[in-house]
Amino acid sequence: MSAIEHKLTADVLVLGGGPAAAWAAWSAASQGARVILADKGYLGTSGATAPGGTNLLYLPPDRELRDKAVEQRYQGGGYLSERSWTYHVLDQVYINLERIEKWGYPFVRDEEGVPQRGHLQGLEYMNLMRKVVLKAGVKVLDQHPALELLTDEHGVGGARGISRLDGKDWEVRANAVVLATGGCAFLSKGLGCNVLTGDGLLMAAELGAELSGMEFSRAYAPSAAFGSVTRGRLLGWATYYDEAGNVLNADGNRGQILQRAAIEGRTVYAMMNKADTPEKQAILRKSHAIFFLPYDRAGIDVFTQKFPLTTRCEGTVRGTGGIRLAGEDCSTSVAGLYAAGDAASRERLMGGMSGGGAFNASWAICSGTWSGEAAAAYALSHKQAAHTRNLKSAGRYGLEPSEGEAGGGRQVRQSGDQPSNAELLQAIKHEVSVDINYFRSESRLRDSLQRLHALWPTVGRPAEAASLQQRLRSRELAAMTATARWMHTASLQRRETRAMHTLAEYPEQDPAQLHRIALWGLDDISVRYDAVPV
Amino acid sequence: MIELVSEDRCITCGLCVKVCPTFVFDQDDNGLPFIARQEDCQTCFVCEAHCPVDALYVSPFADEQVDVDEDELIASGALGSWRATIGWGPGRTRLASVDTTEFINRILPPRPPRST
Repeated sequence: MSAIEHKLTADVLVLGGGPAAAWAAWSAASQGARVILADKGYLGTSGATAPGGTNLLYLPPDRELRDKAVEQRYQGGGYLSERSWTYHVLDQVYINLERIEKWGYPFVRDEEGVPQRGHLQGLEYMNLMRKVVLKAGVKVLDQHPALELLTDEHGVGGARGISRLDGKDWEVRANAVVLATGGCAFLSKGLGCNVLTGDGLLMAAELGAELSGMEFSRAYAPSAAFGSVTRGRLLGWATYYDEAGNVLNADGNRGQILQRAAIEGRTVYAMMNKADTPEKQAILRKSHAIFFLPYDRAGIDVFTQKFPLTTRCEGTVRGTGGIRLAGEDCSTSVAGLYAAGDAASRERLMGGMSGGGAFNASWAICSGTWSGEAAAAYALSHKQAAHTRNLKSAGRYGLEPSEGEAGGGRQVRQSGDQPSNAELLQAIKHEVSVDINYFRSESRLRDSLQRLHALWPTVGRPAEAASLQQRLRSRELAAMTATARWMHTASLQRRETRAMHTLAEYPEQDPAQLHRIALWGLDDISVRYDAVPV
Repeated sequence: MIELVSEDRCITCGLCVKVCPTFVFDQDDNGLPFIARQEDCQTCFVCEAHCPVDALYVSPFADEQVDVDEDELIASGALGSWRATIGWGPGRTRLASVDTTEFINRILPPRPPRST
């Protein structure tokens, strides 16, 4: 890296700018820690939550309701979750949503005056969280993507990155780091998802942290064929048609219609004619308002006109895999390193099925709160001040070769045989396409994984390291390639169909595979099975 | 994708540069933002929501560049329409305070009987 001009220290460094990062920063600051939050984008707009809205796993403290929800989740997640975690999340999210209301979020009340806290409008929610985080005394660094973590023999000690605002490198030293950088959606342009490129997963893996549940990453969301708004709930009021005008969902099931059409090269159209009165249409418009925006602007009346649909890859964002959590406080196997939100494996809460955004949104709130609290306690009890530690940068992939290193260690390739960033991106996207990653089969996944392994050495050394954006993209490409390799490796290990994971050769759930799959390593990937605690 | 920064309306506050999650804007020497990296735009519309003077327009087409005409966008009411919908800006009702999401299950379409 070039000379570092911005050097800061804190007790806790939070990386990310979505809900999990906001809650982690607030929580750590509330414990008396000095906190810095650094995000690739802007705290308030970053990530999958802000642009639209999000449903929540939220239930009033009613024993019967909660027992039922926990049991449903346990079964839906393929028996890989832990009931105690689901109860814990239900308790914590109730407390935090009361907080949000107290801070000023204007929840609607029903006829009996009961606040309806099961849905949050994204921009309103994240704008409020920004204010709360700033008021708690957190130093917020917007447009400061992290490129790598700092470490010594005692564990993590901060991070380094670049500021997009002035083009200079930054370093924050902190004895605890919370990774809340989101999952990986492979630059598919799903709503708000293009900042989610698996950066935190790569950073954690470079410190030796494990990943878990990476096979649960088979999520593709419907969107207008021309647009980016991946909000599917309102399509429950739609009729689906093929190109000839035949109805495709007469049985009320939208199932795999879009995915099948994608691999067969057909276009599916939809029309929201099940919202058949102005009253119903008005109710839908004031729910997921973002759903209507692309159609309104394209001049399409969705209630009376057909519009073409496609799917966009959501990878691990609407999946459940991520950095494996070692403890209930969201600690990882690396000392001082915590994970929250979609960067973390969510299996302990929801097993192998996210069940829409609701579980992920409540998980972001809870894991943010717990990780922030634990990171603060860890940092405040640390014996050595972070700025006196002998820390080294841990980044090994997708970063420009440092001076003096060229020629030694990993082989530096000639620039001639190095694919461009655009070519690499296209290659990675192909390996997580519907054909390969939705309709999973052993043979296709095996071939795909071979191609990804072959790609890996070329993402290790960026050909284009000139501009700031290219430096960032090179690192993102390394993170996405690593993530895809972990996904396919885990998928090939699970020779069965369970929760959201499928393999064509093994269409049944196999009771002998009731375990989680943990992975670690970058050049070589190792696998072990993890028993599900009862 | 982002298609328009209205020079007439822009007050050079620089907020769009900062709030864009994928950093598509740069500012020129006069502080006027311009679309420097349109290919990085993820069509998330958050810049429009944050622009205090409705100077930005994000077209609904995520994968292709289209030509837009500022006068037409003003005439059709499209310029600033997303900020109006979410109810940001003085004198407006915030969408969150009239959010109907929790009530949409009351108008669910009838499910056809499942064939066995």
